[in-house]
Amino acid sequence: MTVILWLIAASLFLGGCALAVFLWSLKSGQFEDLDGAANRILFDHDPKR
Amino acid sequence: MIQALGLGSFYERCIAERPPRPDRTDRYDLNRFIVTRADGTRELVLAIDGLRCGACVWLIESVLGREKSVLTGRVNMTSRRLKLVWRGAEADADYLVGRIVSLGYRLVPFDPQALAAARDEADRALMRALAVAGFAAINVMLMSIGIWAGDASGLLEGMGPATRDLLHYVSALIALPAIAYAGRPFFRSALAVLRHGRTNMDVPISIGVLLVSGLSMAQTLTHGRHAYFDSVVMLLFFLLIGRVLDHRARGRARATVELLLTLRSSDVTVLAEDGTAARKPARAVPVGTRVLIAMGERIGVDGVVERGESSVDASLVTGESLPVSVHTGAPVFAGTMNLGAPLTVRVTVPEDGTVLAECARLIEASEARRSRFVVLADRVARRYAPAVHVTALATFLGWYVWGGAGLTQALLTASAVLIITCPCALGLAVPAVQVIATGRLFRLGILLKSATALERLAEVDTVVFDKTGTLTEPGLALVRDGIDPEVVRDAAGLAVHSMHPLARALVAAAGEVPAASVAEEFPGLGVAGDGARLGSAAFVRGVPSPAPLGAERPGEVGDAVPRQPGSGLVKCPHLTQPLRPQGYGGHTSVERSVVRYQWFSRNVAESGAKTHETSEPAPQHPGSFPRPSAGFASPERETFVPRLYNSRSSPQGGRRGDYDADPELWFAGDGAAAVCFRFAELPRFDAAETIARLRRMGLPVRLLSGDRAASVARVAEAVGIDDWRAECSPLEKAAALHQMGARVLMVGDGLNDGPCLAEAYVSASPATAADISQTLADAVFQGAGLAAVAELISTARRTRRLMRGNIALSLVYNALMVPLAVAGLVTPWLAAAAMSGSSLLVIGNSFRARS
Repeated sequence: MTVILWLIAASLFLGGCALAVFLWSLKSGQFEDLDGAANRILFDHDPKR
Repeated sequence: MIQALGLGSFYERCIAERPPRPDRTDRYDLNRFIVTRADGTRELVLAIDGLRCGACVWLIESVLGREKSVLTGRVNMTSRRLKLVWRGAEADADYLVGRIVSLGYRLVPFDPQALAAARDEADRALMRALAVAGFAAINVMLMSIGIWAGDASGLLEGMGPATRDLLHYVSALIALPAIAYAGRPFFRSALAVLRHGRTNMDVPISIGVLLVSGLSMAQTLTHGRHAYFDSVVMLLFFLLIGRVLDHRARGRARATVELLLTLRSSDVTVLAEDGTAARKPARAVPVGTRVLIAMGERIGVDGVVERGESSVDASLVTGESLPVSVHTGAPVFAGTMNLGAPLTVRVTVPEDGTVLAECARLIEASEARRSRFVVLADRVARRYAPAVHVTALATFLGWYVWGGAGLTQALLTASAVLIITCPCALGLAVPAVQVIATGRLFRLGILLKSATALERLAEVDTVVFDKTGTLTEPGLALVRDGIDPEVVRDAAGLAVHSMHPLARALVAAAGEVPAASVAEEFPGLGVAGDGARLGSAAFVRGVPSPAPLGAERPGEVGDAVPRQPGSGLVKCPHLTQPLRPQGYGGHTSVERSVVRYQWFSRNVAESGAKTHETSEPAPQHPGSFPRPSAGFASPERETFVPRLYNSRSSPQGGRRGDYDADPELWFAGDGAAAVCFRFAELPRFDAAETIARLRRMGLPVRLLSGDRAASVARVAEAVGIDDWRAECSPLEKAAALHQMGARVLMVGDGLNDGPCLAEAYVSASPATAADISQTLADAVFQGAGLAAVAELISTARRTRRLMRGNIALSLVYNALMVPLAVAGLVTPWLAAAAMSGSSLLVIGNSFRARS
């Protein structure tokens, strides 16, 4: 049953990664403009740039 | 410009109508708002007005993206802010902002200090706590499912005690730090209220969380079977979701109000000693400075008129619907609008005893009284927490002393009771409904600023309205009776060229009109062009122009040439009478000053008296009207009346009885006879309907106004209010509210309503209200109608019903589960399942608040 130790470690590691990514996105302000993000996806890139 | 930049596809993207061109092109002193960073780049944050859809965001960002110096030009659509970062001189800001302004948007800079203060740290802290609780909940639940499956030994082969201990230890390892971190908002709040000897919902939550965590840890250490880490973490996770949503909904409403106020703030023109003018933000103007106020500009400072004569629209300050004339020495207040001619004002401190100081004092006193409201959830918690803890204790004693169970067994059963009664659903019952109701109101343009506003609104039993600007449309409207629409159109063509409020009202009444090709505005008189004239009666009839504006006033009484500085575009004597020097209204300033200043301080009244004494040039009416005794009943007024009248050389004092006169505007086409346009304040289009609806809801409606009795009576009749009082001072208004003793919803917009808004049980302001009123009000509603008021109350009542329903649901759930827990039949998996089940039920019920 030592495999369970590996599984626990793996699940915690993956969960920890997700938590870290969420905290990073919070810190970088991605949750501050939810309306803008919804609209921005519709913009084409300006061809001249 | 848009096409020239090759950004024509904007129009394809634009789903909303084009933003209207801003009618105010304020120039701001941007330098004060620019922050220079360490690496030499500069940053500026601006509020944007006119943002309609995603295409506007794209357009602004594309335009800024073509400027080489710009490093970041990003629009935040939620908070309607533009963040600009560029490399180069501070002066570049003017150019960059100018680019956006020329697209048709209005930009107002944010103060970097205010911005730093407003940054919502609490929101981020809650989000972090939520993330940690979520992470822990998922992982602990993963372990728990294994444990539960292993426990159900009848089904599977069973789990060895060593494996179970391992899983418990891992759960504890995840859960304990997570609880310590994510539970802080609850622990902090519980400690704070306990220190004051009260309780709220956070107290039973905190006690439950701590006790159950401790017991679960003890179980883990003693190789026991009953660890409740999963339940505790899940409880925190659910509650935090409620907190975060609640916080965000209100934060958004508050940010919107703040944005509205920022967009309205403007700079003032400061005159230096050497006569040079500069634009400065109103807040940065020291006392004693001279400030130039242009025609049609909002007066940003409190002060005394030093030069010039004009009339000001003081409706936001005094509730007076008709413009007030001001002269050298007269006080003017921030928030009023200069209508007539340019004024030079010396900034003064609002003296003790003035209306402003009085309002500030009253507001402070009322706010202290108001903070005593206890929200529904906390009222429930007061009874609930002791009941739960007594039950748990009784369970423990029952099992230990009489039931013959061991210490561990008794403790476990007691903790099962705590877990089951942990007010998870109860903690969600109120915020879940509130979030959904607040969101619904937000979409309707009603911004709820206070957390307890909905609960207080539901208990309201009387609605009190202010008149000017609340029941009536802000500004004046054309009275159309018997006026040829063609003439209105012609006149409006001229009026387009003027900033004067009456000219604006005329344009608004005419709709789309072609502007007159040639026009010249004579400040304080009117507009002329193509042989047509629009303005004061004298101006239209071609009376020779008076002394130049701002010139020293001729001292002699009865000057041959009727002076008319300050008369603005309007003049409204009956044509047979000599012109009077000021006033839009047909009544003279003396009489109105008595009424108006009666609630100002004595020294203000004196200065008012002095002003009018010098400015009343001649007996103006052949017949002397009797003193209107009814309006002058109060002793306070009596004090001023003799002084005002005795100080005049003219025995008549120019009094007249026509309280009711409306402001007028005259128009004469080329060679045609002069036509008179009358203006009056109109009730908001749905005022009568809203009041009828409020009555149907069983709420008496009253009207308290600072305006003259005649106009209050007229509006009260138009909208169907029988119970009204006119000529109330702010103090009298607040006292009247206090006397009602009822739970009053006060709806008001003026500075003079400030004490009332603070005094009332709950208050609302239209978005056109004075800044201070919007700050004080619990709710701010946007849009032209009053329907929001009825909507607020009906939503609040439905919300209260749902909250009570939710609380009842969770109490019923507890009542069902507690006997099981007391009997010792609750296992960890049953506790977890019951908890999520009841939470989902409560959240589901809350969604009914949407409709």
